[in-house]
Amino acid sequence: MTRKGYFGQFGGRYVPETLIPVLEDLEEAYLMYSRDRDFNTELKHLLSKYSGRPTPLYFSERLTEQFGGAKVYLKREDLNHTGAHKINNALGQALLASKMGKKRIIAETGAGQHGVASATAAAKFGLECHVFMGVEDMERQALNVEKMRILGAEVIPVTSGSQTLKDATNEAIRDWVTNADTTYYIIGSAVGPHPYPSMVRGFQRVIGDEVREQILEMEGRLPDHLLACVGGGSNAIGIFYPFIEEEQVKMTGVEAAGKGVETGEHAATLTAGSLGVLHGSRSYLLQDDYGQVIPAYSLSAGLDYPGVGPQHSYLMETGRIEYVSVTDEEAVEAFFLLSRLEGIIPALESSHALAHAAKLAPSLSADSLLVVNLSGRGDKDMYSINSFMERREG
Amino acid sequence: MEKIQQIFDSGKVLITFVTAGDPDLDTTARIIHAIDEAGADIIEVGMPFSDPQADGPVIQAAGQRALKKGTDPGGILSMISGLKGSIKAPLFLMGYYNPVMCYGRDKFIDDAFEAGVSGLIIPDLPFDEDEEFYQKLKEKGMAGILMVAPNSREERLEEIGKNCSGFVYCVSLLGITGDNRGPAAGIEDYLGRVRKYVKIPLALGFGIDGPEKAAQAAAVADGVVVGSALVKIVEKFGNTDRLIPEISSFVTGLKKAVSE
Repeated sequence: MTRKGYFGQFGGRYVPETLIPVLEDLEEAYLMYSRDRDFNTELKHLLSKYSGRPTPLYFSERLTEQFGGAKVYLKREDLNHTGAHKINNALGQALLASKMGKKRIIAETGAGQHGVASATAAAKFGLECHVFMGVEDMERQALNVEKMRILGAEVIPVTSGSQTLKDATNEAIRDWVTNADTTYYIIGSAVGPHPYPSMVRGFQRVIGDEVREQILEMEGRLPDHLLACVGGGSNAIGIFYPFIEEEQVKMTGVEAAGKGVETGEHAATLTAGSLGVLHGSRSYLLQDDYGQVIPAYSLSAGLDYPGVGPQHSYLMETGRIEYVSVTDEEAVEAFFLLSRLEGIIPALESSHALAHAAKLAPSLSADSLLVVNLSGRGDKDMYSINSFMERREG
Repeated sequence: MEKIQQIFDSGKVLITFVTAGDPDLDTTARIIHAIDEAGADIIEVGMPFSDPQADGPVIQAAGQRALKKGTDPGGILSMISGLKGSIKAPLFLMGYYNPVMCYGRDKFIDDAFEAGVSGLIIPDLPFDEDEEFYQKLKEKGMAGILMVAPNSREERLEEIGKNCSGFVYCVSLLGITGDNRGPAAGIEDYLGRVRKYVKIPLALGFGIDGPEKAAQAAAVADGVVVGSALVKIVEKFGNTDRLIPEISSFVTGLKKAVSE
C-alpha cells in the first residue's frame, strides 16, 4: 500500500465527514482485536465449532475426468453453516461489533447470503439486526428473506434507485451515518471505505490459508491455479490473498457476463468498467458517460454489483491476477454439470468459477492442480434457475 | 473568495439548495432567479447522482427526476453560464465525486470557473483524499467547501481549519439531508469546538426545514443552509404557475427569519 487505505491508486475513504470518525474508531478496534490473542481464539472456536471449519478441499474425480486436463479440487465453502463463505466475515465482524459494545448491526444483501450470515451472527451474539435488501432481490431470493426473519432480523425493503444491492448498500450507509453510536455496519464484501476491504479480506483469508495447508498435505505442493468468482470479491480475495506472493500460483477471478458483455447487461466490472468512486472507495465500476452508476445485471444476485473491491482493481492493474467473465448461460451449464456429476448443487455465483474451470482445465497438463472456490451452495437459487430454464425453453 | 467573506461580514447568511434539472434545467434557472430575488445570499446548485450517500429521500428523489430528464454536468454548467450577470448571489455547485471524476477533474474545475461558479461542495471528497483537487480550486480563486460533523475529532477539525476556504459547512446532526431531527442538542458546544480551529465563517445545515429552525440556527452560526425543504416545494409544484411564487415566499420567510 502506498497511502493509508490504498492499494496503489485504489481504495481510500470517499465518505461524508460524519463517517470519518466512525471509520477511524472501526480501524482502531480492528487493528487492536485482530492482534488480540483472545479475540482470535474466540473467532477460531466459532469458525470451527459453530460454522464447521475447516471446510474440506475435495478432489473432484469426475470433473477432472470430464474436463480432461488439470486435477480439479473444490474448496467446499458451501459446507459452511448458512451455506456460503459469507459466514466467515459475518462472525468476525459481529464478534468485533460486540467487543466494540455495539447493540445493533446492519447489513446490505444481494443474494441474501450475507444477510442470512449477518442475521445468524446477530442471533448468536444477541444483537439487533436490520438487513437492507432491494425489493427486486427480495423477490428473487424469497427463501433467504424468510430465513432472515426466522433468525429474528428485520429485512428492510429498499425501493430507491435500481432496487438492488448497490441501493441496499446506499441505504445501509445512510442508516449508519445516522446511528453510528449504537450501530455496527457489517459490509458483506471486500468493498467500501478503508478499513473494510482489508478487514473483510482479513476475515476471509482463512479460505486460502486452509487451501494451502490442505493441498500441501494432499499433494505435497502448492496449487498451479486458483479460480474464484468475483462480485465485490470477498471469496476471491479470501482464497487468493495467502498466495499472492507465490509467483508460480496463477489466479483468475471470474466475473458475471450476464447476457454477454457486448449486450451491456452484465456485472463484469473489471472486464468492462472504468475507474470511479462508489460506496466510499476508488475502484473500477460500471458507469455511463456522465459518471452515473449503471445497475449491473447477472442471473446470480450475489454477483449483481456494479463495483468491485479496490484490491482486485489493483491486482488487475499490476497483472498479478487475471479477470475473465462468463455468461448466465455458461454458469447455468456448470451449475447442472456439478449437480449431476458430483451431487453438489453449487450457488450460481460459484457456478461462474466452475464454468471457467471447464474452459481452463483442458488447457492445463494432467499433473497440474486447479483449485476452484466453491463459495456457496445453490439451494437459494432454485427460483432463479427455474425461471431461467422456463425462459430458455419458452 | 473575498466576495464570500464580504457576504458573511454583512450579516447572517442564507444559503439555499436546489437540484439542477428538477423538473428541468430551464425551470431550475427560473428557480435560481426567484431565490436570488427573494434574498438568498448564496445558492447551492445540486448536481444529481445515481448513488447520493449523504442525501435523504427528498433530495434523492429530486436527483432521480433530474437524471430521468437527462441532466448532465455539461448541461448544468451551460445553464449556470447563462445566468452570468443576472444573479447577485454567488453560485456553488454541490455534487458527488464520481461524476466530477468522470467529466475530468481538472476540466470540471476549469469549466465551472468559466461558467461563473464560485465554489464546489463535494460531500464524499474529504480534504485528504484528493488534495490536488482542493489545491486547484484555490489556484482558481474558487472555494472548496469542507464539511464538519458533530462527531468530528479535534485533530480532524485542526486539519480542516488549515485546509478550508470560503466557509465551513457544519452538519447539524449525525444524519443525512432532510433529517428533521436537526439541529441536534448541544449545537453551541459543537460550533464552539469548530471555531477553536476554523477561523472562517460557519454555516449550519441538514434538517433546517423552515423559518423557525432557520432563526435558531442563525442565532449560533454565521450562515444557515436550507435544502430539502425547498426541494420539496419544487417536488410539490413541479412546473406549475404556482412554483415560483411559492419558492419566493418561502425564501423570503427564511431570509427574514435569518436576518432578525
